[in-house]
Amino acid sequence: MSDPPAIEIRGLEFEYPDGLPALRGIDLRVAQGEKVALIGPNGAGKSTLLMQLNGILRGAGSVSILGTTVDDRSLRDVRALVGLLFPNPDDQLFSPTVFDDVAFGPLYMGLPREEVERRANEALAQVGMSGFGGRMPHRLSMGQKKRVAIATVLAMGAPVLALDEPTANLAPGARRELIGLLGDLPQTMLVSTHDLGMVHDVFPRTIVMDEGRIVADGDTSRLLADESMLRAHDLEPVGLTEGPFA
Amino acid sequence: MAIAFPFSERYQAGSSPVHRADPRVKLAVTVAYVFAIAFTAVGAWAVLALLALPVLAAIALARLPAALVLRRSLLALPFVLAAVPLAFTKPGDTVFELPLLGWTASREGIEATTTILAKSWLSVLAAVVLTTATPATDLVRALQGLHVPKLLTAVVFFTYRYLFTIGEEAGRLVRGRDSRSARLAGYRSGGSIPWRARVVGHMVGSLFLRSFERSERVYAAMQARGYDGELRFLSEHPLRRREVAAGVLIVLYGLAVQAAARV
Repeated sequence: MSDPPAIEIRGLEFEYPDGLPALRGIDLRVAQGEKVALIGPNGAGKSTLLMQLNGILRGAGSVSILGTTVDDRSLRDVRALVGLLFPNPDDQLFSPTVFDDVAFGPLYMGLPREEVERRANEALAQVGMSGFGGRMPHRLSMGQKKRVAIATVLAMGAPVLALDEPTANLAPGARRELIGLLGDLPQTMLVSTHDLGMVHDVFPRTIVMDEGRIVADGDTSRLLADESMLRAHDLEPVGLTEGPFA
Repeated sequence: MAIAFPFSERYQAGSSPVHRADPRVKLAVTVAYVFAIAFTAVGAWAVLALLALPVLAAIALARLPAALVLRRSLLALPFVLAAVPLAFTKPGDTVFELPLLGWTASREGIEATTTILAKSWLSVLAAVVLTTATPATDLVRALQGLHVPKLLTAVVFFTYRYLFTIGEEAGRLVRGRDSRSARLAGYRSGGSIPWRARVVGHMVGSLFLRSFERSERVYAAMQARGYDGELRFLSEHPLRRREVAAGVLIVLYGLAVQAAARV
């Protein structure tokens, strides 16, 4: 087994405690280095699927990250492999300063002090937030919070990134910068979003989910051109062939 | 997004007369009855047994699961701590002596302690019946209907309304932390206990800040829709005479038991 897939999911089913079935049999394989978009209507199960990747939620079936199967024993190991970005940065940022928050992951892993500082500073630089280390997270703008939240994930050095709506609530400029950043990062990515413009720009492969199932999986340009499929799953075809995203 | 959340609604739906009774009557009767229980003299076990009857009858009538009611009534446990010293401080016939400490427990002291325990447990039981058979929002309306000060009912109402929101927010913070609590081969993960304690402290602090800021936003949004300090609900149904009469009878029964014991 020389090159295990970054993400391998088999027969994954999940139900919320209130009995709502959220995932109804997901099979998915993402190779290392692939950048995959996850689209679909609200309630399709996109966030639920992302939270399965690092075991925050656990269902029936199997999830493996780079050959490590997610189970009770591997939970903490898997969290070093998958960086999970929550849709609301306020859920991610709980420390009194930006630096503390970015340093949390590396500190928890028990890395030496210099390494923690190096990673935190590097991650902040990557998202263009150097110099904000001493600021209070809840006083930042939405775009800044979002970037800090991404830095907290990058600082963990995880080879797989699971990002939940990274461009939601961002002003156009901040959104552009983020799209540029995601395009430049070398990590394997599975990114849930409603931003089809970003999907077109960054992700060669797209997965469409609806009602807890994968209903389409393939080449982004082909899927985004399939207007009837997009409309059937509550997605808005953007004028990609002649619009600003072309 | 659905989040596993430890708090749950106290109310258990049902269609019994206890469930259907006017919340104002239920609230007033419960409060009055708790007062009646409080008058019980030390060691008056027969009185306590008689007073327990209507509470047990209400539990049976409302078809509340016994295990659930018992579990919730454990809320009375902290009173044990307050009442226990009494067993050792009240002078009287020595029953036993604590080794090492040399404290002596008197028969009178033990009787006083157990009476207090029984009284608090019975009172909590009555309150458990009320909260289990009445939706929380109906209780707030009942408070308003009984002319409890507006500020107080508003505080109760909003505490209840946002308890769940804040609980979910706390759940998401914990999730966010857990997502980044990773182990790397060759390193001792987890950090020191003081460091972890500090992280938890920061989480509590940030939860407080957010709740505080949220309260300002909520208040602004309420003012924008004309809030003037009074929570207005659509008018209540008029009190039903039969329910009021039943309530009065229950309270009179409690008082009669107390009066008879004193003759």
